Amino acid sequence: MSDDSCYHCGAPCKSINIKIDDKSFCCNGCKTVFEILNQSNLHCYYDLTNNPGIIPSEIKGKYNYLENSEIVSKLLEFDDGNTAIIQFNIPSIHCSSCIWVLENLSKLNPDIRTTLVNFQNKTVHVTFSSKETTLKEIVELMTSIGYEPYISLEDASSGKKKQNRHLTYQVAVAGFAFGNIMLMSLPEYFQMDEFWLNQFKPFFRGLMFVFALPVLLYSAQNYFISAFKGLKNKILNIDVPIALGISVLFMRSTFDIVFNLGQGYFDSFSGLVFFLLIGKIFQQRTYNFLSFERDYKSYFPIAITKIGKDRREQNIPVYDIKKGDRLLVRHQELVPVDGILINGDALLDYSFVTGEANPVIKQSGDKIFAGGKQMGSSFEMDVLETMSQSYLTQLWSNDIFKKKKTYSIKSLTDAISKKFTFIILSIALISGLYWFFIDPTEAFNVVTAVLIIACPCALALAAPFALGNMLRLFGKNKLYLKNANIIEDMAKIDTLVFDKTGTLTTNKSHVKYNGELLSDKEKSYIKSLLRNSNHTLSRKLYDFIKEEPFLDVTNFKEEIGKGISGNCEGMGILLGSSLFVESNEIDTILQTAIWVKINNKIKGKFIFENTYRKDLQDVFKKLQQKFRLIVLSGDNEGEKERLRKLLPNQVAYYFNQKPQQKLDFIKDLQLKGKNVMMIGDGLNDAGALAQSDVGLAVSEDINIFSPACDGIIDAKKFRIIPNYLKLAKNTVLLIKISFIISFIYNTLGMYFAIQGLLSPIVAAILMPLSSISVVIFVSLGTGYLVKKTDICH
Amino acid sequence: MGVIYIMILVSLLIALLFFVLFINSVKSGQYDDTYTPSVRMLFEDELVSDKDKEKLKTNK
Repeated sequence: MSDDSCYHCGAPCKSINIKIDDKSFCCNGCKTVFEILNQSNLHCYYDLTNNPGIIPSEIKGKYNYLENSEIVSKLLEFDDGNTAIIQFNIPSIHCSSCIWVLENLSKLNPDIRTTLVNFQNKTVHVTFSSKETTLKEIVELMTSIGYEPYISLEDASSGKKKQNRHLTYQVAVAGFAFGNIMLMSLPEYFQMDEFWLNQFKPFFRGLMFVFALPVLLYSAQNYFISAFKGLKNKILNIDVPIALGISVLFMRSTFDIVFNLGQGYFDSFSGLVFFLLIGKIFQQRTYNFLSFERDYKSYFPIAITKIGKDRREQNIPVYDIKKGDRLLVRHQELVPVDGILINGDALLDYSFVTGEANPVIKQSGDKIFAGGKQMGSSFEMDVLETMSQSYLTQLWSNDIFKKKKTYSIKSLTDAISKKFTFIILSIALISGLYWFFIDPTEAFNVVTAVLIIACPCALALAAPFALGNMLRLFGKNKLYLKNANIIEDMAKIDTLVFDKTGTLTTNKSHVKYNGELLSDKEKSYIKSLLRNSNHTLSRKLYDFIKEEPFLDVTNFKEEIGKGISGNCEGMGILLGSSLFVESNEIDTILQTAIWVKINNKIKGKFIFENTYRKDLQDVFKKLQQKFRLIVLSGDNEGEKERLRKLLPNQVAYYFNQKPQQKLDFIKDLQLKGKNVMMIGDGLNDAGALAQSDVGLAVSEDINIFSPACDGIIDAKKFRIIPNYLKLAKNTVLLIKISFIISFIYNTLGMYFAIQGLLSPIVAAILMPLSSISVVIFVSLGTGYLVKKTDICH
Repeated sequence: MGVIYIMILVSLLIALLFFVLFINSVKSGQYDDTYTPSVRMLFEDELVSDKDKEKLKTNK
C-alpha cells in the first residue's frame, strides 16, 4: 500500500493530512469508520482485503423518518414486539471484508442479534431486539461505517417477494424418476429371454409406471398448461408439439405394458422432461442483485419533513402529503411532489429526471417540479399536487408501464414450431393411413412412433441454451439483460435512439477557461476561495485547478444561486454568474460558466462543457453502417453544433424532449415499422425505455438506481455496444443452425418410425443423443462467437 | 430369487430418503446463496484484538 492512498477506502489522499499512527486517510469520514472499527476490535476488517472501506455519507437528520412507526412497520419483515427482522439492500457490498464486518455488527451494537449477508444479492438480514434498539439506530450505525442501506418507496409499498422454487422441485422429481427408470429398464435392453428376467418383468414395468406418473402430472404440467393456453388463443407455440409428444409417449408406454407388448418408453419419457426442464432453468437465470422493474418509486424517498402550523418538524410518509402542506427539503434530498418555493434558495439538479445537464436555480415563488435533488442547503415549499398527480409521476400512469411485454408469440422457436406441428401431424396421418391398408395392427404403432420421435426436444432446447449461455457471457462482460429472450429482440433492431445527458456524456464535465491569462498566484486565490463552497460547480472547478498552496480567505460569503466572494491576501475575489460579477456579457442558457473577478476587474470565465464518452465517435461510425441513429435529448440545443461535428452526418437530433414526448417519439417509429432500441439512463428516459423494443440503461455504477429497462450496461462498456448487437444477431443465426441439426435427427428418427421399427432402445438412444448434441453445439458455438467478437476489453 | 423384491424396495427407500432430504434442503433455502458461505467459513470465530496478535508474534 502506498503512503498517499487512504488506509480505509484506497482513494488518493489529497493535500490535507488526516493521520492515525502511520495510517493516512482521505477524509474525516474514513478516519471515523476506522476509529469505530478499531475500538470494537473489528480491526480484522483491514486484514482480509486491502483498503476495503467505503466513504460514509452524511446522516444528519436523514433517517429521522424511521422514527415514524407506520413506516417502520412497512419495512420490517417480522416483528413480535420483541424480536424484529428486516432485510436491507446494500449496494456497497463488494468484498469479503464487507461480509465480515456486516456479520459482526452485533459487536458494535449488542442489541443486534444476528446479521446474515447474501453477497450475490447484496442483501443483509438483520435480526434485532426491537425493545432495546430502533431501526433508525441500526440504519445510522450501518451508514456510519459506510454501508448505507438503500431504502426506497418500493420497499415500503411492495409485499415481500417469495422465492419460487417450483422449477427446482420439478427438475428434482424428473431427475429422480429418470435415474431410477433407466436402471429398471436396462435389464430388458439386454433381453435374452432368460427365465428369471421374465419372472420380474411385470414388477419392473409396474415400478417404471409408478415413477413416470409424477413426472407426467407434476414435472411436465407447465407444458400442458402452456400448450392449452396457446391453443385457446389459436397459437401453435412450441409447447403444443412437446405436450403432444409427451402425452403420446406416456400413453403408448402404458398401453404397451398393460397389454404386455413391450417395456414402453418410460425412460425416454422421463429423460425428455428432465432435459427440457434443465433448459428452462438455464433460460430463467437472472441477475438477482439487479432490479429491472424499478419505477419512480425506487428513486423517491419514503418520507419527508413536514413543517406543522406551530413550526414543528415532523416526518411523514410521502404518500400522506396533502395539498397545502409545507415541506422542508434538506441538502441532497429529493423534491417529492410539485409545489411552490416559499423560502430559502433552491438549486435543483434535474439531470436524472429531465436530462438537463446543470442544476437549476429557483427563487421563492417559483414553481418546482418533483424529482429534483436539492444541491443547496435547504428550503421550504408548499405542496401543489399530491404524489400521484405530480408532473413526473404522471408519466407512469401511461399504459406502457402496466402491460408486460409478451415474448411468447413472436419468439423464433414458436414461429418454427407452427410449421413443424403441421408437418408432423400430416406425416403421422399419411403413414397411419398407409399402414392401415397394409397392416392395420401396425397402424397404431406407427402413428404413435411418429408423434414420439417428432417431439421437438432438441428444437426446444436449442434456443434456451444458446440464449441462456449468451446471457451469462454478456453478464460477464457487464451487459446485464433482464431475460434471455431480449437477445432475440436485440437481433431484430434496426434503429438506435440515444439519450444525451448521462448516456453520450459522462458525469464529469470538461472545464475550459476563456479570457485573460491567470497567473499561478491568481489561480491559487481562486482555489482557496472555492475550498469553502459546496456547490457542485465549485467542486468541479476546484478539482480542475491544479495550483496547490492554500491561502487564508477572509470575508467569505456565498450567495446561493449567484456566486461566492472573499478576500485573499488583500485581493477581493468574486466567482459566480455574469450578473454576480456585473459583466456586460449575459449568460445564455446554452452555456454554463463561472466568471472570475479579481480586484474589480473581470478576468474571464470558466466554461463547463459536457464531456462525451471517449469512443463515441468510433461507436457511431461503426453503428451507422447498419442502423438508423437518433439522438433524443431532454436538454437544450446548446450542444447541437458540437455533436454535429463529432458524429456522422446521418444522425438525427431532437432536443428539448419531455419524457412523454420521448415515449411518443419511440411509438411513432414503431408504427412506421421500425424495431427500436432505446439507450438512456435517467428517469426521463423511463417511458421511452419501456416503449422501445429493447430498452438499455447505461449506468456508471450498476448497483445504483437505473430506470425500468430490459438491460443495464456498464458505462465503461459503452463502446462495445456495436459488438453486442452483432453478437445477438449471430446468436440467432446459431439457433437457426441448431434447428437444422435437430431436424436431421427428427428425419432420422422418422425413418425408423414410419417403418414401424422404433424400438424402445432406439428411442432411448436417439432422443438424449439429439438433445445433448444440440446443447453441446450451441454452448461451444456461443463461446466461439464471443471469442471471435471482442467484447472483453 | 424373491430376495430381489426386498432389495429393490430397500434401495428405492434409500433413494427416496435422499430425494426427500434434497427437497428439504432446497426448501430451507440452502441453495439460495451459493457464494457467501464459502467466504464465511474462512473467518475467525472470535475477534482477534491487537494484543492477541502481539502474543502470537512473540510465541512464534
